[in-house]
Amino acid sequence: MSTLPDRADVVVIGAGIVGNSVVAHLADKGWRSIVQVDQGPLPDPGGSTGHASNFIFPVDHSKEITQLTVDSQRQYEAMGVQTTCGGIELARTPQRMEELRRRMASATAWGVDAELLSRREVTKHLPFINDEVILGGFYTPSASVVDSLHAGTLLRQHALDAGALTVSPYTAVTGIDTDAGHITGVHTDRGTLATEAVVVACGVWSPVVARMAGGRIPLVPVVHQLIDVGPIPEFEATGTGVAYPMIRDMDTLMYERQDGADMEIGSYAHRPIVHNPEDIPSIEEAALSPTQLPFTEQDFEPQMADALELMPEVLNAPGAGVRHAINGLLSYTADGSPLLGETPEVAGLWSAAAVWIKEGPAVGRMLAQWMTDGATEVDSHSTDIARLYPHQRTRAFVRARAEEGFNKIYGIVHPGEQWESGRDIRRSPFHERTAAAGAVYYEAGGWERPHWYESNRELVAEYGVANRAHEWDRRWWSPIITAEHLALRHNAGMIDLTAFAQFEVAGPGALDYLQGMVVAQLDRPVGRIVYTPVLDPNGGFRSDLTIVRLDADRFRIITGGSDGARDKKWFSDHLPVDGSATLTDVSSAVCTVGVWGPRARDVVAKLAAEDISHEAFPFGAARWVTLGSVDALLVRISYVGDLGWEIHAPFESGGRLWDDLAEAGRPQGLVPVGAGVYGATGRMEKGYRLMGHELEAEYDPVEAGLALPRVKQQDFIGKDAYLAAREGEPAATLCTLTVESHRSEHGIDRFPLGHEPILDRNGRPIVDAKGRRSFVTSAGSGPSLGKHLLMSYLPPEHAVEGNRLQVEYMGEHYPVKVARVGRTPLFDPEDTRMKS
Amino acid sequence: MSDATHGSNGQSGASQTVCLVLVEADGDAVCEATRQALTVARELAGTVEAVVLAADEELARRLAPALAAEGVARVHAVTDPLLAEYGPEAFGAALAQLIRSVEPTGVVAPGTARGNEIMAHAAAVTELSLATGCVAIAVDGDAWSVTRQRWGGVLWEDATLAASVKLATLAPHAVAVQPTPGLEHATVSTFACDLDPTLARTQVAQRTPLGAGVTLSTAPVVVSGGRGVGSAEGFAVLEELAERLGGAVGCSRVATNNGWRPHADQVGQTGTRIAPNLYIACGISGATQHWVGCKDAQRILAINTDPEASLVQRADYAVIGDVQTVLRAVVDELDRARQPADAGAGG
Amino acid sequence: MCVKRAPAPGAKIPLTADGSAIDTRNLGFTMSPHEECAVEEAVRLVEAHGGSATVMTLGPPEAAEQMRDGIATGADHGVLVETDRTDWDPQATAAALGEAIAQLQQEGARFDLVLFGNESADAAHEQVSVRVAHRLGLPIVNGIKGLETSDGHVALRRDTAAGSERYEVPLPAAVAVKKGLNLPRYPALKGRMRARKATVRTIAALHHPGGLTSHGLRYPPDETTETEILGRGADAAPRVVELLGEEGLT
Repeated sequence: MSTLPDRADVVVIGAGIVGNSVVAHLADKGWRSIVQVDQGPLPDPGGSTGHASNFIFPVDHSKEITQLTVDSQRQYEAMGVQTTCGGIELARTPQRMEELRRRMASATAWGVDAELLSRREVTKHLPFINDEVILGGFYTPSASVVDSLHAGTLLRQHALDAGALTVSPYTAVTGIDTDAGHITGVHTDRGTLATEAVVVACGVWSPVVARMAGGRIPLVPVVHQLIDVGPIPEFEATGTGVAYPMIRDMDTLMYERQDGADMEIGSYAHRPIVHNPEDIPSIEEAALSPTQLPFTEQDFEPQMADALELMPEVLNAPGAGVRHAINGLLSYTADGSPLLGETPEVAGLWSAAAVWIKEGPAVGRMLAQWMTDGATEVDSHSTDIARLYPHQRTRAFVRARAEEGFNKIYGIVHPGEQWESGRDIRRSPFHERTAAAGAVYYEAGGWERPHWYESNRELVAEYGVANRAHEWDRRWWSPIITAEHLALRHNAGMIDLTAFAQFEVAGPGALDYLQGMVVAQLDRPVGRIVYTPVLDPNGGFRSDLTIVRLDADRFRIITGGSDGARDKKWFSDHLPVDGSATLTDVSSAVCTVGVWGPRARDVVAKLAAEDISHEAFPFGAARWVTLGSVDALLVRISYVGDLGWEIHAPFESGGRLWDDLAEAGRPQGLVPVGAGVYGATGRMEKGYRLMGHELEAEYDPVEAGLALPRVKQQDFIGKDAYLAAREGEPAATLCTLTVESHRSEHGIDRFPLGHEPILDRNGRPIVDAKGRRSFVTSAGSGPSLGKHLLMSYLPPEHAVEGNRLQVEYMGEHYPVKVARVGRTPLFDPEDTRMKS
Repeated sequence: MSDATHGSNGQSGASQTVCLVLVEADGDAVCEATRQALTVARELAGTVEAVVLAADEELARRLAPALAAEGVARVHAVTDPLLAEYGPEAFGAALAQLIRSVEPTGVVAPGTARGNEIMAHAAAVTELSLATGCVAIAVDGDAWSVTRQRWGGVLWEDATLAASVKLATLAPHAVAVQPTPGLEHATVSTFACDLDPTLARTQVAQRTPLGAGVTLSTAPVVVSGGRGVGSAEGFAVLEELAERLGGAVGCSRVATNNGWRPHADQVGQTGTRIAPNLYIACGISGATQHWVGCKDAQRILAINTDPEASLVQRADYAVIGDVQTVLRAVVDELDRARQPADAGAGG
Repeated sequence: MCVKRAPAPGAKIPLTADGSAIDTRNLGFTMSPHEECAVEEAVRLVEAHGGSATVMTLGPPEAAEQMRDGIATGADHGVLVETDRTDWDPQATAAALGEAIAQLQQEGARFDLVLFGNESADAAHEQVSVRVAHRLGLPIVNGIKGLETSDGHVALRRDTAAGSERYEVPLPAAVAVKKGLNLPRYPALKGRMRARKATVRTIAALHHPGGLTSHGLRYPPDETTETEILGRGADAAPRVVELLGEEGLT
């Protein structure tokens, strides 16, 4: 038996694939006092790793997840625990065939080799398939099967060999101590350790363990059904673990793969079966393992028929039977993505949870980078546990989303698709008014934000806006968006922007503190606004946001709703230890409405007690103005590129403000406008970048065209990397492209929606000097330009205005033209509208 | 004919209650399980009387001194020609006839396969209640309160056994034999019963000593190998040991997947689930899927380089070390240990 | 074949708070291993000689799942003798099963063999089979690990410490079998599907309680079994051989 030391630099809880990978990579990063504990035995402590099907399909529509998967495959291969057998995703329906074409585009965009197979080509790989039920397949030759348990042993051994690790199985964590929000120690049934860092890598148990420290890891254990059928003579004859490519029968939400003499059949088709982490049986009480619960056959009934239909011969082989059947527990989150990084509640409490086998080794590497360097190579905005707002960390929310999301695991999920559950939790004070105007709400940071208004439908005819021909292209879209855009450009529009996250930073040290956080110079007169990138230590994008100087030592940070929770943690974590600056989250105290358009001043001036003329209130200024009976902070800035203001008012006065503005604007043709304009059409015409799309950790401000003319003297996070980036030529530059022809082979116009690969004139992928492929970071109409716009990073040889390239969409190539290199807007390049 | 006449002990009063104990003989001795039953029975009634089922009273006479030493005053020699060879129906019917004749407060039998079977038949014939697998029995008024094993002893069940004659069998090894002053002499009372000749239908027709030839699922010993064996060739030493022990060779899923062994050898969830007397797990870490296949073994010996391996932790015995080294030494040691005996037999 | 629905627990069996029963929230249910062999044997006999196999259980409505398990592995019919959700004592169980079989016989069914598992995994009363056989007037032998039918007889093999016993029992007969009799097949996927669609006949059971009344379950006093390390490397060989001796293997 191992004995526990009485202190450690870090305690890693969990010895599944994730915990094992974390200890190995921490050791590589120089950590020398790592203690790893698990309640169960080694090498299979009884968590989800022990019953995982262990196969890896590398292509995902998410770039970050694909990157993590490809990195994991590289690591599994280096450990010698990977069998590359290929994998085929099958289509039984035309809709799925279309989805496979979209998958093909993702494969090209992220740089994974793949090909579409005809029905006959599928049967060449899989001779036992009943090809009558399929239409074709998506083949990934690099899909693989790994031995995750053995990988875990090797990873632990790697850390042990480095003299960095003490492993203690059969060790249950009984408590975690904190002091003033910081980790101080871990109690186990084999002793107590002093430590300042804890990594929770306990899979389905993570919520229970995190709660011991006062943190929340919002995931729920859900059942995934899995059976083994065998022995199948044809498989046995191969004499190997896996000789045939793995199958994902996408339309039945199932997978099938050879496992020695057996066929393993798994399903994501059954009703969502969600458990409570507290109710998972102990190792002793579990018949198989705590995460292998009794099979509920009635839930699998349709899947038996589906599997038999697809491969009747092998599954009906004489003597072949169901040898193993379980309800396996796996971790599932509200958005299906992992929960990585330090928890917002407790300093030193790190989460490495809700990770699949395909991501495990890479997540270990990523977390080790994060814990050591404070930044990660792979962008973390979609996996960071701090991305979640408080309501998104509640059990009720996660359960609801997990139940809704479970059947989407193999589903066809439209990029614009909205959730039905966990809605109506954050509402702006304008909600009654916007709902009355027929707002169609999309979710932003948990807020209900109008995306367009049905009340504007008549504008569609007025502006002669055409609908999109293909159902997929117009799903989660409306021609009203285009009409609202044109109405705003023509008259004025009012936009509910309450979803903004806003923080007030105050105190004698506020300026110095903020100077250290952002790229732009903040030492400007009171009443000035500054738009600035926020970088991570590697010089990649953390965020981009606006800072208003309200007073000599008081600033307002205004940032997007989607990234507000991450930004809050980032800024809070770096507050001066001497308390000379404080940060207050005022998001729930302030409501925001934007009024923009050529007639915006006419509208607002009717209500304003003060002079808001261009001379009195120039672009780039912020002023307190009384609008009717409401004192509001007006910020003259625009993400849609037109004259007007963000109007920030007390939350409780929002209703009055909205009514007054609407009333004042009626004669001017003011209409409510949704985020479809604000977040896409308006900003893309103006070349404005969006965090999480154009802006992410892998690209720097120079590449994004957001480098500032001068570098301030003061230090700031990422400055060294920023300076270095300014020195050299960028490997790629963000460009705006126009689609030159939309006509598909079927004779209808198609509209790319984002994430498609950009190809050269010969149809070849474009790769920059850093190995990054060019793909569409955002796509949207430019109604005032009459063009469909795409943004993409292009290497210098392609980043030439007028250059002709192609975009791959749904299996076809469409011609595109580089319309703009860099940040100068296509629409109103001189910004005269906005600045007049 | 007999040393004493038979009669009901009903007149003798409560203090003179009689408890019968079914005797299983081990040659001329009383088997351990029977002595355990006698220990329990002495606490249940004023008088303990033994029951010996046989064709004639010869066996009862031979066992009488040993039974007297256990405090038995009377031995019922229950006789019938049909009892010359074992047959569950005949033995059960014979015991049932004695029960009806003696009307004891209860009957306690050793919980052997045969003890349980005879008692079940007697219970079925007399329509009396029977508690099997008891670990404790106590008098509770007219009834017995019993504690019996469930789930092979993982759980205990507390129950009341209420019947004019209480029938119970003991779980093996559940009760320690207690010393008793013993008696000089036990009277043998012969009870010639009258069995229906058709009961011969379930008499043992033939006996055969244990033959050779073992299979994975029936082998008393299984020597099984996993990743730690290292290669297909590495299984040779496992074969050698299995052959010497009259056992079979098994393997884990890793060994099958690596092509070291045929699938038929795989022990586990998706292979064969076995319950040998001894399971020797060599270089098997013990993933759950394997554990499920071998956990019913009576004893497990794990050989593994990793003392933290799951199967090492769950085993009864373990050797820490490399499979090849350890097994080679064991085979050699076994051959050494056997040599003198073989030489003796040969000479 | 008569089988019993029982939970499939792990190393520790969780009890409800009042100790009256097993907490089955996280447990699956199966028939006992002996009974799986009984079902397999019946299916093989039908495959070899024709006829049909009926699997019967006494239990709550949920026990239909075990009927379906039997059908999935090849049984032709399922009969559920339905009770409330209480645990019936062996006399009550045997009486109800006996009555149900008698009822099927009155309806014209004819059974050559009535197979049981030697004992159930949970209660292990080891007497229901014998009591049912007596009710039906059938000969019965327990503990059977070999079974062969021939012309009106069934030859049975029972293993003992000394070797094996052979019985020649006239048909119709009852037999209680033990694990090892055969290697039960896994249900084919098609069998599973057939079983899910099959109709399970339900017969209401009458409760005639016997004299054994259960008061609850508890854990036996602690007997922790620690792994005994026999040694390291080749040095452990003498101790291993000693152990083999204790197991009667040298």
